[in-house]
Amino acid sequence: MYELFKNLGGWLTSGAQWSGSDGIAHRLAEHLQYSLLATLIAAAIGLPLGLLIGHTGKGAFLAINLASFGRALPTVGLVVLVFLAGGLSMLPVYVALVALAVPAIVTNTYAGMTAVDPDVKDAARGQGMRGHQVLFQVELPLALPLIMTGLRLALIQVVATATIAAYVSFGGLGRYVFDGLAQRDLVQVLGGAVLVAVVAVVLDLLLSTLQRFLFRHRTA
Amino acid sequence: MTIDWSWIGDHTDDLATLTVSHLQAALSAVLFGVLISLPLAVVAHRIRPLRGFLLGISNVLFTIPSIAIFVLLLPVSGLTRTTTVIGLTVYTLVVLLRNTVEGLDSVPVKTKEAAKAMGTRPLRTLLTVELPLALPVIMAGVRIATVMSISLVSVATYIGDGGLGQLFTDGFQRNFPTPVIAGVVLTILLAVVADAALVAVQYVLTPWRRRRA
Repeated sequence: MYELFKNLGGWLTSGAQWSGSDGIAHRLAEHLQYSLLATLIAAAIGLPLGLLIGHTGKGAFLAINLASFGRALPTVGLVVLVFLAGGLSMLPVYVALVALAVPAIVTNTYAGMTAVDPDVKDAARGQGMRGHQVLFQVELPLALPLIMTGLRLALIQVVATATIAAYVSFGGLGRYVFDGLAQRDLVQVLGGAVLVAVVAVVLDLLLSTLQRFLFRHRTA
Repeated sequence: MTIDWSWIGDHTDDLATLTVSHLQAALSAVLFGVLISLPLAVVAHRIRPLRGFLLGISNVLFTIPSIAIFVLLLPVSGLTRTTTVIGLTVYTLVVLLRNTVEGLDSVPVKTKEAAKAMGTRPLRTLLTVELPLALPVIMAGVRIATVMSISLVSVATYIGDGGLGQLFTDGFQRNFPTPVIAGVVLTILLAVVADAALVAVQYVLTPWRRRRA
């Protein structure tokens, strides 16, 4: 075990390992690109959907069931399926990652919207606010902390799962995991796993700090 | 993309075997997860300083990709079912621990005070007052953990296990969609059935909540 960790330390700190198109720096950039783009697409789909369901109260059944459906969907199967249907491109990876992230975003947005005190919404309407004004000026700001939590959760899951891009021959930090597995090179596999975990934890810390900064005037 | 129904007809036995093996892996993981998270949650609930520490650790474990957890376990437990179950158990912990702590937190202080005033000892209060009242929130965690595990078993296909996940590898290698579709559909069905079964269990275990509805 000790030997393994020593080798792992060597792998992670060697300069050669960090440079070039197969280097950690390049793979890291790829991994971030896949993760951020997939989360952005998922947010573009999930946020409006969650806001709409939360604002109108219609489709709550859909929002709740979407969560468990999203959890039940086997990501590996989805990637392979879209791959077999659409051929070799990054599309299957993005489809799978977006499908993974959308439910978390929709359900948290919806939960944030329903947690807004109905009295506050009534007061806004009583002051003569229109539906969209209530949505954007009252409900959305109040729901924002929970919406942010949903986005964080989605991003973490996507970062961890973006490893799968390497399974269908693309890049990212998953390359080390799958190449290492194929070559029975445990140090490389562990190195990839550690890097993905570090990226996920660092991104989560960054977002939670940002969240605390944005909502520092809140007492709750 | 067309489904080759004759392949499915020829392989019903295999599909059944894989489904059973898939379910076994997921349910063992949830069982171990509950057994581990319950005492930890009680500790986190009672001893405040440990709370953030325990929840933090389980959060970090959750961010490690499942494929990596399985691989990290290879030197310890090899290419076996044990590796699959340990890996999945680690994943269930974050949901189970968080929900069990929240469930225990949700028990009204007055109720606990009342139990104390009646001379009920702490362990008995935990078993007969706190845990039953926390059950709905705990069960919500168990449901999420179960559905999540059922979907994650497939990832263990990279280390030669993985239940229905083997259909994905098979379909990928032969460029043949039918087993992949069968695998996805069976996984989702399994998750839906298991979730419904847990709802029924919760209904039986919490008779006092039925009157309200």
